[in-house]
Amino acid sequence: MTITMPKPDQAVLEGRDAFLAALSGCIPADNLIADSVGLKAYECDALSAYRTLPLAVVLPENTDQVADVVRLCHANQVKVVPRGSGTGLSGGALPLEDGVILGLGKFNRILEIDYANRCVTVQPGVTNLAISQAVSAAGFYYAPDPSSQIACSIGGNVAENSGGVHCLKYGVTTNNLLGLEIVLMNGDVVRLGGKHMDSDGYDLLGILTGSEGLLGVITEVTVRILPKPATVGAQLLGFGDLQSAGDCVARIIAAGIIPAGLEMMDKPAVHATEDYCKAGYPLDVEALLICELDGPSAEVDELSDRVEAIARDCGATTIRRATSEDERQRFWLGRKSAFPAVGKISPDYYCIDGTIPRGRLSEVLTRMGELSKQHGLGVVNVFHAGDGNLHPLIMYDAGKPRDLETTEALAADILRLCVEVGGVLSGEHGIGVEKRDLMGVMFTEDDMKQQQRIKCAFDPDGLLNPGKVFPLLHRCAELGHMHVHHGKLPFPDLPRF
Amino acid sequence: MTETFKPQSANDTRDLLSWAVSEKAPLEVLGNGTKRGFGHLVVASHSLDLSGLSGIVDYEPAELVLTARAATPISEIEELLRQSNQQLAFEPPDLGPLYGAPAERATLGGVVAGNLSGPRRVQTGAARDHTLGVEVATGRGELIKAGGRVVKNVSGYDLTKLMCGSWGTLGVLTQIAIKVLPAPEKTRTVLISGQSAEDACLAMTAALSSAHEVSAAAYLPAPIADRSRVSYVAGAGAAVTAIRIEGPPVSVEVRNNALRDLLAAFGDIEELHGHNSGAFWQEVRDATPFCSTGSVLWRLSVAPASGGTVLDALGDLGIEGYLDWGGGLIWASSGDNLDLARQVRSHAEAAGGHATLVRAPDALKAAVGVFHPQPATRAGLSQRIKDGFDPIGILNPGRMVQGS
Repeated sequence: MTITMPKPDQAVLEGRDAFLAALSGCIPADNLIADSVGLKAYECDALSAYRTLPLAVVLPENTDQVADVVRLCHANQVKVVPRGSGTGLSGGALPLEDGVILGLGKFNRILEIDYANRCVTVQPGVTNLAISQAVSAAGFYYAPDPSSQIACSIGGNVAENSGGVHCLKYGVTTNNLLGLEIVLMNGDVVRLGGKHMDSDGYDLLGILTGSEGLLGVITEVTVRILPKPATVGAQLLGFGDLQSAGDCVARIIAAGIIPAGLEMMDKPAVHATEDYCKAGYPLDVEALLICELDGPSAEVDELSDRVEAIARDCGATTIRRATSEDERQRFWLGRKSAFPAVGKISPDYYCIDGTIPRGRLSEVLTRMGELSKQHGLGVVNVFHAGDGNLHPLIMYDAGKPRDLETTEALAADILRLCVEVGGVLSGEHGIGVEKRDLMGVMFTEDDMKQQQRIKCAFDPDGLLNPGKVFPLLHRCAELGHMHVHHGKLPFPDLPRF
Repeated sequence: MTETFKPQSANDTRDLLSWAVSEKAPLEVLGNGTKRGFGHLVVASHSLDLSGLSGIVDYEPAELVLTARAATPISEIEELLRQSNQQLAFEPPDLGPLYGAPAERATLGGVVAGNLSGPRRVQTGAARDHTLGVEVATGRGELIKAGGRVVKNVSGYDLTKLMCGSWGTLGVLTQIAIKVLPAPEKTRTVLISGQSAEDACLAMTAALSSAHEVSAAAYLPAPIADRSRVSYVAGAGAAVTAIRIEGPPVSVEVRNNALRDLLAAFGDIEELHGHNSGAFWQEVRDATPFCSTGSVLWRLSVAPASGGTVLDALGDLGIEGYLDWGGGLIWASSGDNLDLARQVRSHAEAAGGHATLVRAPDALKAAVGVFHPQPATRAGLSQRIKDGFDPIGILNPGRMVQGS
């Protein structure tokens, strides 16, 4: 572990017993975990390379209990780390030694399904998939579908602004969110948005989404649901080189087609998944695209023809159209099994998450190949080609000395490359602790300070999930200071009227 | 002495703000100034005219993104996009004419700063959903950037969203990266005539809940439909409910027929084709029915299914209005009356939403506030956010919240 976390507050560590006693006054005894065996279950999220035992874990059941817990923590200057299902990949829910894990797993009820307003209100611990399942019989679904959707919580989705494979057409969490209830670190309960579509003032809903648990504890979520498309079709397009596959992606979009999903896998990924689950992928390709189109069947047929023509023109060596729902599911089987498939061929793997402009795809993949050779670790690529969101999987062996360090160095180089070509550090996993120290690659000191002033507006004492997202912690008093240059107008030749 | 500063670059803008901080000189921030009447009267010693920050910086059709300087006219952007069969899918409204400004002068920065979105809001989202990244000069005299030019991005707080709808009170937008999408090949609008507002809401809900990919749904009561420049609508002699579908021709045909079948039970069905459809939705988008009246104008954002009920309640008060966003947006025009204003606000609140006083005499604005009053905790958060961007209040002082 090469990341430095804020130094634990000794006074908090020493006062643990008294604090635990006070905590037990806020919530039922069964909802407080303080023994080392119990705490072990919470020592990490899905970024398991980083682990810390928290001071305690609390599992409140309602908003009042959340408010009581954070108020007590605030009064005792104890840090709080909110946690949903713990499926996050950037260490956003990594515990702090001197902090309480506030788990929202017991917030697991669907509160209201409102078909007339096409929205659902749920508690934050409800899983992403459970929302779609609850409205499926009525012909609706919730669009963002991160690959962990069976387990990940909607509260966590909001905190990380999660995406999935259908973002190009249907947007990410922030585009599908209507309302929130949050508890601030001082215990204040704030409602944002509702069932209406426009904010009445600053877009606090927008700033909360993707704030990685640093601004408030989410206790209720209202999301938009969509009618299911009439039909869904999928095509498998194989190419002899990466450049042609990348060109095909660009030309589909330039032709005015917005696929519901457009995924790419490179040769190592195709082979790994084919060995793992026999999806029936062609093995003689350097890159494979899965293009999913949805809408009325007449439209899906027509657009599939157009995509096929473009693919042929780009030199596709394999063009296959799913002729049944079964076959479509098989096309996706390999893509969805990519992570476990890589887990099968490598002792460990490390998934990263940059986004790049689509047009730089083949260039980035080529340079990524060079970086991979340079660091001596293999990289398998599966990614959301439609929106440029890469998920390179670095294969390593945690049992080998220095392998993890090399992996982290390679990951950092790949993310620097993403930013260099006009992309970003994270498309859907968040910064967390994982990419925290790379924020300076994308942002200037002034950019980051302005972001941290948002934190000061919500949590001036910096008690909510500190040590995540920002490499340097500034005190709010320092951030509020303004350097004033007294003097004349800086540009006398400026046109004025 | 009041001066108008006209910076020619982002750095000029930053330097000017730095100077304004040192002089404690508040500024009114203007693009082309078409929506100056939106918000409270800004009391500022000087004006910041951004019209020099104009021009498209970068446009890559295959990337679905366009970057432009903040004061680039929307009309210029749309003209360029048309050449690649693309569009700003959130249908930016042109609200200038509501305030007597000429049409087609609205800027990208103004639309983003107001988070203004047209009828397609129900399908593809608002301006804030399409704004990918911004460069901003803050009230601290610093030039910062937020977001990027890709659609998937969780790298730090989403300051871009915060800029949308902040009306120049947090920072001065200097450059914006905005998402663009393919323009539809074909458009059809299905019209139902003679519905009540409540029935219209049911029809719009049925359409929006169907798999027919409805891209807009509006309802104009008879007196408002009557003012349309589209003869089919004005000539209906009745209220008009309008449902739009767009896409590849073969798909539009299929969905058009399916939609007509679905809606037949609601009343007599008519159809608008491409050109008329475009003209009609532009009127809905720009609140054109209230353009020439000069009356007090409200914009209510409510839970869509309650739009009909609210419109009827307003009608009982003698306030006329129409529905967009499937019932979720109400444009309403009333007399200049404090009591009426309070009732509009309470109807909006009862429907789980809020009401913005879009156009009114300054006295009425001052009495009830342009933006819906917020509960204390949320107002406190917003004020602290403002203080972080603009500690001494040099940017559009008072425009959103009086006295701040």
